[in-house]
Amino acid sequence: MILAIETSCDDTCAAVVTRTGEIRSNVVSSQGVHSRFGGVVPEWASRHHLELVNPVVDQAMEGVDWEEIELVAVTQGPGLVGALLVGVATAKGLAAARRLPLAAVNHLQGHVAANFLGGFEPPFVCLVASGGHTFLARVEDHVGYETLGQTLDDAAGEAFDKGARLLGLGYPGGPALSKLAASGDSTAFKFPIAAKVAGLDFSFAGLKTALLYKVRDLGEAETERLKADLAASYEHAIVEALMLRVERALEAEHEPRLAIGGGVAANRLLRERAQSLGVPVHVPPHALCTDNAAMIASAARHVEPTPYPHYLALDAYATKRAA
Amino acid sequence: MTKTELTAGPEATERAGAELARTLAPGDVVLVSGDLGAGKTTFVRGALRSLGVEGPITSPTFVVGHMHEGASGPLSHLDLYRLAGMSGEDPGLLDPFFADDAIVFVEWPEQATDAFPAERVKHRVRLSHTGGDGRRIEVDP
Repeated sequence: MILAIETSCDDTCAAVVTRTGEIRSNVVSSQGVHSRFGGVVPEWASRHHLELVNPVVDQAMEGVDWEEIELVAVTQGPGLVGALLVGVATAKGLAAARRLPLAAVNHLQGHVAANFLGGFEPPFVCLVASGGHTFLARVEDHVGYETLGQTLDDAAGEAFDKGARLLGLGYPGGPALSKLAASGDSTAFKFPIAAKVAGLDFSFAGLKTALLYKVRDLGEAETERLKADLAASYEHAIVEALMLRVERALEAEHEPRLAIGGGVAANRLLRERAQSLGVPVHVPPHALCTDNAAMIASAARHVEPTPYPHYLALDAYATKRAA
Repeated sequence: MTKTELTAGPEATERAGAELARTLAPGDVVLVSGDLGAGKTTFVRGALRSLGVEGPITSPTFVVGHMHEGASGPLSHLDLYRLAGMSGEDPGLLDPFFADDAIVFVEWPEQATDAFPAERVKHRVRLSHTGGDGRRIEVDP
């Protein structure tokens, strides 16, 4: 069995997954998101990871015998180095104490590998859309992927969050905006989907600015009155912008198949739109789409592990690297 | 002395960023303020491009910071929006972004004023809307 730890951003996560991909535990600490200021998450700091990582690992290990653990896996990057280091140091310590090998995993490969846990096997095209990342990948094996396109400015989840802020909605912005959108008319306003951006790259900055201008032109009272329509039209534009690139990517495939990962995969409209494509589509359960350690364990099954003690100098990395 | 420039669209805002970048040396920090959609990331993108960054320059809002390798050293692009109320948190958390020879651009600096070394601040930039795609860019000093 594999014990995996993930601390690349806000959440402290640990999971135990078997070699065949059976999830024994998948623990995510969210000690209540502080919505003090429209989506501010102070507890992302490394100190909080430090306080949480041991209890989270203990909870993931409940009912599991340490003797059963044969590999420790950890997210090495990309992310905040200070936050990543808590996971890396913890994983190194746990592995070294038991002379276990260690597998260093790329966070983005983790989002791709979440699909393997549901039995969805390569080759497929994978859309990963979250607060910090938005990209399309061609997945041909279990160890990596080819990036087909990525956002040139904002991530899709960020577009949701910032749109929610412009409409004065609460945090987290994505779910709040989608909830409001359900009662609105998505054809009421026409927002740009960056159709002019050629190829498979995404752009959401223009959409955000278009909503900003619309809110400004309408004024406070009209914006309030048409809020649901604005939310529905804005959500529609984000989903169409994503699906436009997905469709372009699938057109180039002999046997098109689609997988989706990242927190935005929880969006109902996106799921429905993807399911209507007429190709095999896999969307992992919500808990495997948002940041979690089970997906890191899944990826670790296909990583060459580093034997003890050669990983003791392992470092975290901040920036995006090819998986 | 405050230098004020009016730009008509994102391309001009990028050019303004590129122009400012020419005045920077390793170790300099530039604070970039303005409301949502004011063009902060666009301005920084122009600056980073002119400092030799190739490939996408994306918003760091969620991940807090991005590091790039420029033509003459490391470049950091931070967004402190999500760090409001960070006072009392681990002050070393952002250290990797503030390497001695790094040129650092900080969006939403007012959200966590103790998160960057004040003595390294070379310029304070403020962007605001002037109607349509127009923006006012004020650079201090």
